[in-house]
Amino acid sequence: MLYREAGQYKSTYAADMAVFPLREDRIGIAVILGIALVAVPFLGSDFFIASVMIPFLIFSLAAIGLNILTGYTGLISLGTAAFMGVGAYACYKLTTFFPNVNIIVLILVSGLFSAGIGVLFGLPSLRIKGFYLAVATLAAQFFLQWAFVRVPWLFNYNASGAIEVPQRTLFDIPVTGASATPETRYFVCLGLVVVLTWFASNLVHGKLGRSWMAVRDMDIAAELMGIKLLNAKLGAFAVSSYFAGVAGAMMIFLWYGGGEAADVFSIRLSFNILFMVIIGGLGSLIGSFFGAAFLSVLPTALKFGLPALGVPLTGATAEHVTFMLVGALIIFFLIVEPHGLARLWQIGKQKLRTWPFPY
Amino acid sequence: MSDIATRPAPNVFANPMVKAGLIAAAIVAAIAIGVRLDPSNTLYAIFVDPFQQMVQAPDLLVQTIWEGLVSGVLYALIALGFVLIFKASGVFNFAQGIMVVFAALTLVGLYEKGVPAFLAVILTLGVMFALAVTIERVVLRPLVNQPDIILFMATFGITYFLIGFGESLFGGNPKQMITEQLYLPKGAIDLQILGGLVSLQKIDIAAAIIASLMIGLLALFFQYTRIGRALRAVADSHKAALSVGISLNQIWVIVWFTAGIVALITGIMWGARSDVSFALEIVALKALPVLILGGFTSIPGAIVGGLIIGVGEKLGEFYWGPLIGGGIESWLAYFIALGFLLFRPQGLFGDKIIERI
Repeated sequence: MLYREAGQYKSTYAADMAVFPLREDRIGIAVILGIALVAVPFLGSDFFIASVMIPFLIFSLAAIGLNILTGYTGLISLGTAAFMGVGAYACYKLTTFFPNVNIIVLILVSGLFSAGIGVLFGLPSLRIKGFYLAVATLAAQFFLQWAFVRVPWLFNYNASGAIEVPQRTLFDIPVTGASATPETRYFVCLGLVVVLTWFASNLVHGKLGRSWMAVRDMDIAAELMGIKLLNAKLGAFAVSSYFAGVAGAMMIFLWYGGGEAADVFSIRLSFNILFMVIIGGLGSLIGSFFGAAFLSVLPTALKFGLPALGVPLTGATAEHVTFMLVGALIIFFLIVEPHGLARLWQIGKQKLRTWPFPY
Repeated sequence: MSDIATRPAPNVFANPMVKAGLIAAAIVAAIAIGVRLDPSNTLYAIFVDPFQQMVQAPDLLVQTIWEGLVSGVLYALIALGFVLIFKASGVFNFAQGIMVVFAALTLVGLYEKGVPAFLAVILTLGVMFALAVTIERVVLRPLVNQPDIILFMATFGITYFLIGFGESLFGGNPKQMITEQLYLPKGAIDLQILGGLVSLQKIDIAAAIIASLMIGLLALFFQYTRIGRALRAVADSHKAALSVGISLNQIWVIVWFTAGIVALITGIMWGARSDVSFALEIVALKALPVLILGGFTSIPGAIVGGLIIGVGEKLGEFYWGPLIGGGIESWLAYFIALGFLLFRPQGLFGDKIIERI
């Protein structure tokens, strides 16, 4: 009744092929953006913004990156965290070399280094497929993590081996460093994520995205149809690593504010982002957001929500219960809908179209 | 007749032996030229010095190879659990590592509660059986016929659940494995060979013997029993096995239980070498390159792969590690596997991947 395409006539091909062809969808996306831009920073507490919304946005970006590789191109990667680390360290080195360049430009540029490394480790994908490829990307994960610890040039020969985030401003407002408020950091994250999501959406709906999907469905057939596997697969690795690298730079500069990055970008983070992509829905941008929300917000919610509900839990037990619940929920959602939360969302929309008179 | 005349001359370079020989010759030539031109002796340190060390101190070489073999056996045991499940149900079971930890923790936990050691082993086997039944009922049966990656993901869920469950039952502190109570030998044998001392831990020898025994038993079980034949049938084709009346559910329980037994033995062996803790879970990731090297579907592959990875990793760390700052053990295994994969994308012993359109 509320959500129906009846009466909306398309007069151009462009309108018919739009990403959001329904007026209701466009209103919905505007409302979500409005909430993210106005309601969250003004109504949310500092804690909510700093430890729920910022991680959610950063994980969403990383999940979009991995989704381009795994969901759209069908190449499994377990090295996302390492590519994020490359972004973070590249950003750190860039801030050291070019202290006067705007930090947001540097974050965006640091993704390019990550993309380069991604292409390098993506080369075996031309010959190796499936789970065999997963191990090739594990080589990237462990090698790069080793390099983050053992190559002192990367962290400017610090004694602690940690990244120190310098204070940088945008229009005289501190964006990174100790004095940046959560709200400012949130706005920067939101801006970057919205722009990059728009970019990703255009990519996957365009020629490159179509060639990725053809490769995913069957790479030999795609090759016979004239798609260059080299370009498609390495392109997917480059774009995916670019997103991961930007997410990694954001993670250190806008969320953690420094620290022992080698521990942050561990294999566990890679797995977590793969979970987000699979739980959210392979080959769906909105699914990346759902997956990130599910797996980054859920542990925090359980940690602080259960005591509020009167379940007495101390630190260690709470962590164990969180682990068990996350594990059980992963299995539950896979059984209910193996194609991820994005499919549930689609089914919901389909139901809404025929509501209240389903036939 | 004209047929032969027009046929192109056989390409000498297509022969894999010729190709390998040419590549080897090129490498040797490059090294020979490199060593001449190299001013700072880097190439010397990489290509000549380690081998000189090996020749000069053969006892150290033997010791390193032995340690590599031992850790290789343990990698192979974990990989074996993966292969069993992958063969029979096509599930890439990420939870094998945590099953090892869980089995070892249950055993030690039961012993600490006052259960006699061997009764504790039997009870732990019971727990692993219950786990197999539960996983089959709760996870595998509803997910039948789903794509591989979804099942892979589900085993991640199992991993998470078991980590939380195990930690809340047994606590996160490392525990001592009950080696003496299980009559596992302790101490070391020192051998006088090649002009030096080589020390072999008795527990390592025991691990090697037990592992070979178990692999032999598994081979016999697969080859000669009715259930073993059914397992091989399921591995070949789920549909065909179903059509001749083999119960997939029953087979899966058996396979997961077998993997559970393998996990328990791995847990005992590994726990005896260090202690029982959740850190083992990361070590279990080392089983992945082993699997890749050997091929997902081959039991001999898991063993050979484990030994190659174990020895390669220890030799690399000992002789080449110091050149680039040490600690290369953490990634060397993956690069060895990657190197092999570039030549054989299906692993050393894996089934040939045939792709059709």
